[in-house]
Amino acid sequence: MASESPKADPERPERRINVGRRVFLGFTVLGALGVAFGNSAQNVLGDVFGSGFAGLLPGGDRFRIYSITGSYPKISRKKYRLVVSGLVDRPTTLTMDDLEAMPKTSFTKDFQCVTGWRVTDVHWEGVKLADILTHVGVQPSAVAVSFDSYDHADTESLTLDQAHLSDVIVAYSMLGAPVTREHGGPVRLYVAPMFGYKSLKWLSGIRVVDRVEPGFWEQNGYPTNGWLDGTTGPTNPDPGLT
Amino acid sequence: MSITYAPVKSLRLLRFDRVQRAAHWANATLFFILMFTAIPLYFGSFFGIVLPRHLIEQIHLWTGLSLALPIVISLIGPWGTAMRQDIRRINFWTRDEIRWLRTFGKSRLEADKYNPGQKLNAIFIGASILVMLVTGSMLQWFRFFPVSMRSGATLVHDIFAWLIFIVVIGHIVMAVTHREALRSIFKGWVSESWATRHAGSWLKEERRSEARLDRKTKG
Repeated sequence: MASESPKADPERPERRINVGRRVFLGFTVLGALGVAFGNSAQNVLGDVFGSGFAGLLPGGDRFRIYSITGSYPKISRKKYRLVVSGLVDRPTTLTMDDLEAMPKTSFTKDFQCVTGWRVTDVHWEGVKLADILTHVGVQPSAVAVSFDSYDHADTESLTLDQAHLSDVIVAYSMLGAPVTREHGGPVRLYVAPMFGYKSLKWLSGIRVVDRVEPGFWEQNGYPTNGWLDGTTGPTNPDPGLT
Repeated sequence: MSITYAPVKSLRLLRFDRVQRAAHWANATLFFILMFTAIPLYFGSFFGIVLPRHLIEQIHLWTGLSLALPIVISLIGPWGTAMRQDIRRINFWTRDEIRWLRTFGKSRLEADKYNPGQKLNAIFIGASILVMLVTGSMLQWFRFFPVSMRSGATLVHDIFAWLIFIVVIGHIVMAVTHREALRSIFKGWVSESWATRHAGSWLKEERRSEARLDRKTKG
C-alpha cells in the first residue's frame, strides 16, 4: 500500500528518530560553515603549519588553469619576442636573453583568482615593468599601457601609475622554475596587487597608449582596476605597495 | 506497494517503481557527467594537457544546474508516491539501525527496505546535491559574494567533490557485488528470498499491508 508511511504504521510502534533530516542538515550546515569560515580556517592552518600544509588540503593552493582560446600557445625560449611599442622613444623588441640581462626582481606573493581560489606564497622572478618602460622611454602624452598575448585573444591594460608599481613584473620564472606553458610561459605578466585575470599570460606585446583600453576580461564585465581589496578606484589604495 | 506473483510462484516484491528507477538513472547520468568533467577542470594543470576547457566548463555548469531536477520531479506530483514514502523511510531510523551503523554492521538488525548504510548514502547524496548546487552557483556568479566567501565556496565544493567520488565509487562497488539488489534498480523487483535475507523488516511490513489489503477486498 503505497500511501502508507512506515512511521504511521500502528503495527510498528517502536520509536523512530529522524536521522535522515539531522544528517542532511548536518552536511548542509558543514557546507555553510565552510563557505563562511573556510577561507579564515585555511589562512590560520597555513600560518600555523606553513604554507605547504594548505597544499595538502583539497581545494587549497591549487592553480586552476584558464584559457580563453581553449589551447595554450607554444612558444620556445629561443623564438620568444616581446615587442614594446607605442608612445615610446625607442620601440624595442626584447628576447629572452635581453630580459634576463635586465635587473632581476624576485618576491614571494599569493596568486588570487577573482573567482575565489588562491595559491599562497608563489615565488616570482622577472623584470619590473617600470624598468622596461624606463628602458624604452615613455613619452609625455602616454597615459596607459596595453598588453597583448600570444594567444591572440587576451588583452590587458594598466594605467601608467599602476604599471610603475614595484610588484608589477614581466615574469619569466614562477614557482622556482621557468614559467611553464600552461602558466603562460615563457613570459607572462604578474600584477601582484590585482586579481589573477590582470596577470596576462603568454605576453607578446607591451603598447604604451594615450588611454586605458579595457582588456578581454574587462570587456566581459570584470573591473578594469582589479584591486584585490575590491576597490575600483583608479589608484592603488594601499600606499605600502607602491 | 503491490506484490505480484510470478508464474513460477516465487514471490516478487517491487523495490523501485518506474519513477524511482527513472529518477535514479537520470540522477546517476548527471553525476557521471559532472564527475567526468570535474576531473579535467580540477586536475587540468596537473596533466598539463590542452583541453577545450570552455566547453567542459559549460557542460559542467548546465549539468550541475539541472542536478536537482530528477529528484524534485520524481517527488512532486501524483507519480511520486513511492518516492515520497521512501524518503520517509530513509529519514526515520530505529535505534537498532543507529546501533548497526555505529558498529559498522556488526550488531543484529532486521533491515528495513534499505539498510542504514544505504540510507546514509542516500542522505549524503541528497545533501551534497544541495551543497554542490549552492557552492557551484557561488563560483559561477561570484560577483555577488566577497572574495573570502568565494574562497570558502571553492574549498567546500572541492571537499564535497572528493567525498562524492569516494561515496559514488563505494556505491558502485557495493552494487556490482550484490547482483540481486543491482537487478532491482534495472527491473524494479527483488525476490522474496532476497528480502528475507536483506530486508526482513520490510518484507514483514509488505506482508502485513498485503494481508490488510486482502481483508479489505474480501470484507
